[in-house]
Amino acid sequence: MNFLSKVGDFLTSGANWSGPDGFLTQLVTQVEVSAIAIVAAALVGVALGTFLSHTRRGGFLAVNSANAARAIPSFSLVVLIAIQPAIVRLQQGGFVATAITMFALAVPPILTNTYTGVRGVDDDVRSAAMGMGMTTAQLVRRVELPLALPLVVAGVRTAAVEVVATATLGAYVGVIDLGFDIFAGLDTNNGVETFAGAALVAALALVVDLVFLVAAWAVTPRNIQRHGPILRPV
Amino acid sequence: MGPPREAQPGSVARVEPLAASNPLVDWSWVSSNQGMILSLLWEHVQLTTIAVLFGLLISLPLGVVAWRLRLVRPLVVGVTEILYVVPSIAVLSLAAPLTGFFSITTAEVALVSYTLLVLVRNVVAGLISVPADALEVARGMGYTAVQKMVKVQLPLALPSILAGLRVATVTTIGLVNVTAFIGQGGLGRLIIDGSNENFNTPIVVGLALSVALAAVADALIVGLGKVSLRWQPGRTAGAK
Repeated sequence: MNFLSKVGDFLTSGANWSGPDGFLTQLVTQVEVSAIAIVAAALVGVALGTFLSHTRRGGFLAVNSANAARAIPSFSLVVLIAIQPAIVRLQQGGFVATAITMFALAVPPILTNTYTGVRGVDDDVRSAAMGMGMTTAQLVRRVELPLALPLVVAGVRTAAVEVVATATLGAYVGVIDLGFDIFAGLDTNNGVETFAGAALVAALALVVDLVFLVAAWAVTPRNIQRHGPILRPV
Repeated sequence: MGPPREAQPGSVARVEPLAASNPLVDWSWVSSNQGMILSLLWEHVQLTTIAVLFGLLISLPLGVVAWRLRLVRPLVVGVTEILYVVPSIAVLSLAAPLTGFFSITTAEVALVSYTLLVLVRNVVAGLISVPADALEVARGMGYTAVQKMVKVQLPLALPSILAGLRVATVTTIGLVNVTAFIGQGGLGRLIIDGSNENFNTPIVVGLALSVALAAVADALIVGLGKVSLRWQPGRTAGAK
């Protein structure tokens, strides 16, 4: 029997999907930890990005933080956090460590894109809004953020795909997420199990990417939609 | 190459979180393990360099083809995008059964596949940005398509390509750590050791050196850009 059909059998076996460490539980945990991190990162990233673009300070920080953050290996961060006594004492220490690491991974692209998007709003538009008597809060909520939205969503998309894929590392610190079978397979030299787990993560990442692609399309103003594809800044 | 390591199945153990009280950095450990740390750092540099060079070797022709043949472009970008979304640990695990569980090839396949999206995209973007005037002049001078590409288009696309190279290099340096799971990994080895022994120091050292290496590599490419773009005033490898 060849390798791929063994993987297929592994993935379609009902027994592998049920139970406390089955694929279904893993999938839920993976989505849960990713969602918590991304929602928190989106709130912080958008708020901070908008604030920085208004104060006209910290621009260097905002734009360069994404590139600098790429250099921090999530793998070391998650392990380092997980073995700290304060985290070890928690019941769900591994989950917390993974969520914090994923948060750290997700903030920079959202922050950079929000900053760039809000900065990119035409000054004439801003003057017009001010001329209509809008307060700063109204300007941000009704003018700047809506115009920056496509770029913000693109940032969230980049972050979400990275997070949902990287949350796999949580299994290394005891979280039963989709990394569980990958690491179990590596431990026991079971290629089929590892491959099956990896295929699921890849599939989930692609689904998340597609969901955000559609979301990005939906929040893009119609005239921009007509004039070209949505560019996702790398 | 690096020191002997236990590239055995089973050496990859999950953390059993035990209460531990240890300082972030135990300097005596660092000084007594200097040799090992340096050789792991060197291994990290080698793994990164090989991956980025191969990535560039594949991306340049692929980018040119994708730029030239508009119909193929979405396909090329789409495939590299899929490679990019597949998580690093998954790429390793997907490649492992095919290219050997603890081989350097497996590590490089994963690392190279990650560089492709950024590099190909930036090669295409760079070629698109070449002004029509420049192409017209090249045509007027009787350049063949190949001459035009090598002497005009690629040099003018260089800022974009270098910007991609920066991102690809920095990303790869972070990812090399993950290849420690299959017995490669340079500094990633320190992270696994630290987590197995519940010992902060190797993890902090691995993390700090990894970040420092990325900063140095990034600065080197920026410097390379400044030198190679001197003929093009006001342009450097842009931050992207």
